[in-house]
Amino acid sequence: MNARVVLTLVRKEMRDARRNKWFLVIAVLFTGLAVSLSLMGFAGLGSVGVAGFGRTAASLLNLVVLLIPLMGLLLGGTSIVSEREQGTLESLLAQPVTPQEVLLGKYVGSAAALLSAVFLGFGVTALVISRTTGCEEAGSYAALVFFTALLGLAFLSVGFLISVFVRRQATAIGLVISTWVGFLFLSDLGLMGTAVMLKLPVEALLWLVLANPAQSFKVAVIGKLHGNLEPFGPAGLYASETCGPWLGGILIAFLAAWILMPLLAAMVSLRNKGVN
Amino acid sequence: MDPILRVEKLTKRFGRVAALSELSLEVAPGEAVALWGPNGAGKTTLLRCLLGILPYEGEIRLLGFDPRRQGREIRAQVGYVPQQIRFHSDQTVWETIGFYAQLRGIPAGRAADLIGAWGLGNSRGAQVQNLSGGMRQKLMLAIALLSAPPILFLDEPTSNLDISTRRDFSSALGDLKKSGRTLLFCSHRLSEVRNLADRIVSFEEGRKIFEGKPSGLTAALSEGVDLDSEPLPGERP
Repeated sequence: MNARVVLTLVRKEMRDARRNKWFLVIAVLFTGLAVSLSLMGFAGLGSVGVAGFGRTAASLLNLVVLLIPLMGLLLGGTSIVSEREQGTLESLLAQPVTPQEVLLGKYVGSAAALLSAVFLGFGVTALVISRTTGCEEAGSYAALVFFTALLGLAFLSVGFLISVFVRRQATAIGLVISTWVGFLFLSDLGLMGTAVMLKLPVEALLWLVLANPAQSFKVAVIGKLHGNLEPFGPAGLYASETCGPWLGGILIAFLAAWILMPLLAAMVSLRNKGVN
Repeated sequence: MDPILRVEKLTKRFGRVAALSELSLEVAPGEAVALWGPNGAGKTTLLRCLLGILPYEGEIRLLGFDPRRQGREIRAQVGYVPQQIRFHSDQTVWETIGFYAQLRGIPAGRAADLIGAWGLGNSRGAQVQNLSGGMRQKLMLAIALLSAPPILFLDEPTSNLDISTRRDFSSALGDLKKSGRTLLFCSHRLSEVRNLADRIVSFEEGRKIFEGKPSGLTAALSEGVDLDSEPLPGERP
């Protein structure tokens, strides 16, 4: 790996993201929604005001699990295919660079742009909360930010893998939306149906749940917010009993695998395909 | 003199279709070789295989390197002008050449010299999407020359240019040839091939059907000879 090549591509990718109006719209939308959720934190209790870190983190969980995977998938899913469709991939690969460097540079640049948007949203919200209600339960909020970053990077990797395999940007966007729906909505239904039909034991159910990065994220954050996994029923209790204090590490490892495996597969695929 | 490029039994398949079939070729240093043939003959595929940006079967040695394992070394010493000149459309001329200079580790001063030498000095701040076809071609050639490469691959370098720009561009390519560079270029234009090439390799459906002096191709074409049925020089009829 040539660091100069990777850094050049990282800088270009970050500049492109700053010029990408859709990405900016989503980033501003995320920030706006995050701040709004913290402001509406007490609305359900019959009063209006800024909720603390813990309550805001719980409110943000559902927003994050829907929006961040979509941002990662869209950013990654259009990355390589747009170069291929525009015809710029050939000029790029004709330079003294390797496909692995191109992919890594583009991934790191996209990741930096994605994380900037995430940190902006969480940062502005944290500022609002800390100025009004103090820093109580800031640890839960920090955990949410950390796992959100992992979640975004995992779906960014999946997006890159999609982007390497397709030839048209429209196809990539179709696959991105299908993947998003699959991971966020269909996997739950499929898992429930499979569990009932096959009478899956609780341990198998747990590992199948964790195989989905969005579910790993939810388990990690809810575990941190509640201090236990009771909201997940028998599978949650089994996870707490079996993994104990190691569960956090196991979930990080699952999410890290979702970051690394698709990225490596995309690198191998781009090397084998070349400009084809 | 040892060849700068040696290709042996190069085959490239896209699915069941062979874009190149058992192609063998040698190019001497400083030679200008024209790759001649209709669209889909395999000319562009050959250049991409030589650059190591397409997988292939067979053997290639370019500057002593194997594109499969040493593609980076090859691409560092080859300037490439693709047929379809495409840049990142939201960038300026300066940002575009600067990006490629950074990728190659070339100082910005060299990039500035090149865009000046190719008449793009006044267009540094222009968006590449607003450049004319000729200007884009010149910018791509300037990028190809960033590392002062000993070899240039040019894929239909004048196909999108008007007559006047084409004449200027052909003249510039002639100067590059005189400077001792090895040129491997695809062309449909007989005049360009006659003026620039020392040798012609003609393709059809991925197979070499003629190899020789430009005058040989000109004579064959003027006599209406079907090059498909003509034996290659050195081959028995």
